[in-house]
Amino acid sequence: MQEHTEFYDTMRFLKKNKAAMAGLIIIIIFVLMAIFAKQISPQNPLAQSLKDNLKPGFWAGGHSHLLGTDEFGRDLFSRIIYGSRISLTVGFIAVLIGILIGATAGIVAGFFGGWVDDVIMRTVDIMFSLPSILLAIVIVAILGRGLDKAMIAIGITYAPQIARIVRSETLKVTNTEYIEGAKAIGSPSFRTMWIHVLPNVMSPIIVYGTLSIGSAILDAAALGFLGLGAQPPTPEWGAMLADSFHSITGGYWWVETFPGIAIALTVLGFNLLGDGLRDAIDPRLRNRQ
Amino acid sequence: MRNYVMRRALNLLFVLFIVSILIFLLVRLAPGDPARVMAGEHASPEALAAMRKEWGLDKPVIEQYIIWLSHAARGDFGRSIQSHESVLTELLLRFPNTFELSLFAMIFAVLIGLPAGIVSAVRRYSIFDYGSMVIALFGVSMPVFWLGIMLLMIFGVKLDWLPIGGRLSVYTSLRPITHFYLIDSLIELNFPAFWDTIKHLILPSIALGTIPMAFIARITRSSMLDVLHQDYIRTARSKGLNENIVIRKHALRNALIPILTAAGTEFALLMGGAILTETVFSWPGIGTYIIQAVNARDYPVVQGSVIFVAFLIAIVNLLVDLTYAYIDPRIHYK
Repeated sequence: MQEHTEFYDTMRFLKKNKAAMAGLIIIIIFVLMAIFAKQISPQNPLAQSLKDNLKPGFWAGGHSHLLGTDEFGRDLFSRIIYGSRISLTVGFIAVLIGILIGATAGIVAGFFGGWVDDVIMRTVDIMFSLPSILLAIVIVAILGRGLDKAMIAIGITYAPQIARIVRSETLKVTNTEYIEGAKAIGSPSFRTMWIHVLPNVMSPIIVYGTLSIGSAILDAAALGFLGLGAQPPTPEWGAMLADSFHSITGGYWWVETFPGIAIALTVLGFNLLGDGLRDAIDPRLRNRQ
Repeated sequence: MRNYVMRRALNLLFVLFIVSILIFLLVRLAPGDPARVMAGEHASPEALAAMRKEWGLDKPVIEQYIIWLSHAARGDFGRSIQSHESVLTELLLRFPNTFELSLFAMIFAVLIGLPAGIVSAVRRYSIFDYGSMVIALFGVSMPVFWLGIMLLMIFGVKLDWLPIGGRLSVYTSLRPITHFYLIDSLIELNFPAFWDTIKHLILPSIALGTIPMAFIARITRSSMLDVLHQDYIRTARSKGLNENIVIRKHALRNALIPILTAAGTEFALLMGGAILTETVFSWPGIGTYIIQAVNARDYPVVQGSVIFVAFLIAIVNLLVDLTYAYIDPRIHYK
């Protein structure tokens, strides 16, 4: 019952936060775009038409291509719609991988303490001594290019931060009486961690996870732009920016503008919602506003 | 104090040692034979064997690592597979370029972010406060490289005010002395080159500095808000001190510590952003060097560069910690 009312309070507080709701609406729009990409997009995102290449869109009275075409004559609007599928999936799965690795490491470190804790947290410190995008680049360099490898690489770079947060939450929980009780009745460590610790460290994981999806999408776009993530002709937003980069000196501004706006809007949506969730879950912040 | 620095230096060496092991192992895990990459697609088996022998690739991994480490300790990170140049020489040649870019980006970030954060805190909930919060939010949501592309398109291509990339214009001549172009041009009193260097720095610095700027503004705001509610601020005001002095001397100085703590993290972020910014602006720095090496599977370069970057970040963090004692006399290191 306690669980329910707390959840209810959080949601009620979140609903009053206009910025968070705006973020949620942005996310819903992009999610719908991703689900119904096939129905919404006016053209095939991969269909080339060389005679229509680099045509401007609605601002120049172009009817057939709302946002213009790229250097292979592909419809930019359709490519951006399909791109939302890729970016949302990558962001979500990468963060999930990060949570899986990071939360496991954090709970184990916090629960067992001692040398296990030392080894895990030293590794985390060392991963922090490198910029996450550099770490991701090195991992992709080793695994090979491609979207799937980029997801794994980004997930690994998010694990240390999650491990740190989960460890400190676990430490708070392990000193409580119900954990002592569980230990006293001989509950196996794995069971205690899974049933008693994990549910109690869930809320910071959710908040940090939501905040991270935005930056994971940014990192995936960056890897795509560097040619290490999605490979052509995949309509991934970052890779689209890289593919058409050389045509900006010709004044074809739309090929470089719209995919970037799509990335920025999606990330903005997750950042707004994440900030709101953090304020809603942290009771200390609730009464401040 | 001296003990503290010594301990931190030892810790730094330890971190670099572990980073080097990790990177070395990771690189060895990579699929694909580096010898084949070096020798080319159609090399004969004899040529491959010779290549392996020359680069020590036929030895066990641990032996390879020990050989590599003993060289690295003497500052020899090996040679690039592509260019056959010494990796350290190349890194040191490119470091000034990345450093000048990062420095300008940081100056931009602090010059805009710090005042914006202070004003937002002092005039809380004003239009300015909301405006700068919105800008900061957009700043952290934009891809760095996309911002770079947009700046390039508007100010480089469309308006044609600033160069569209590179370190210097082709027609500008400058004799490299320190390889810090701003310093070199001043030593020689070569003002056209100085001006050209500045012009090339503006757009990439803005692109690279925007995320740190947004961060600094956010942290400054919250840190100032915390301090402004302290009793000693009320005391300072009630004894009739000028508001300007209260903000500058009493509030800002105390609010600086969290801002500075973030500066260390900022630098790591800056180095990451530099990889992308340098790619957009064809900047001959460490970032473009790493990307070229990754694309060509030039492992000695990848290894050397990653350790070099880890070293830079560790040094900056150490400097940041030492600066605390200067800003806050209450902090002593033992």
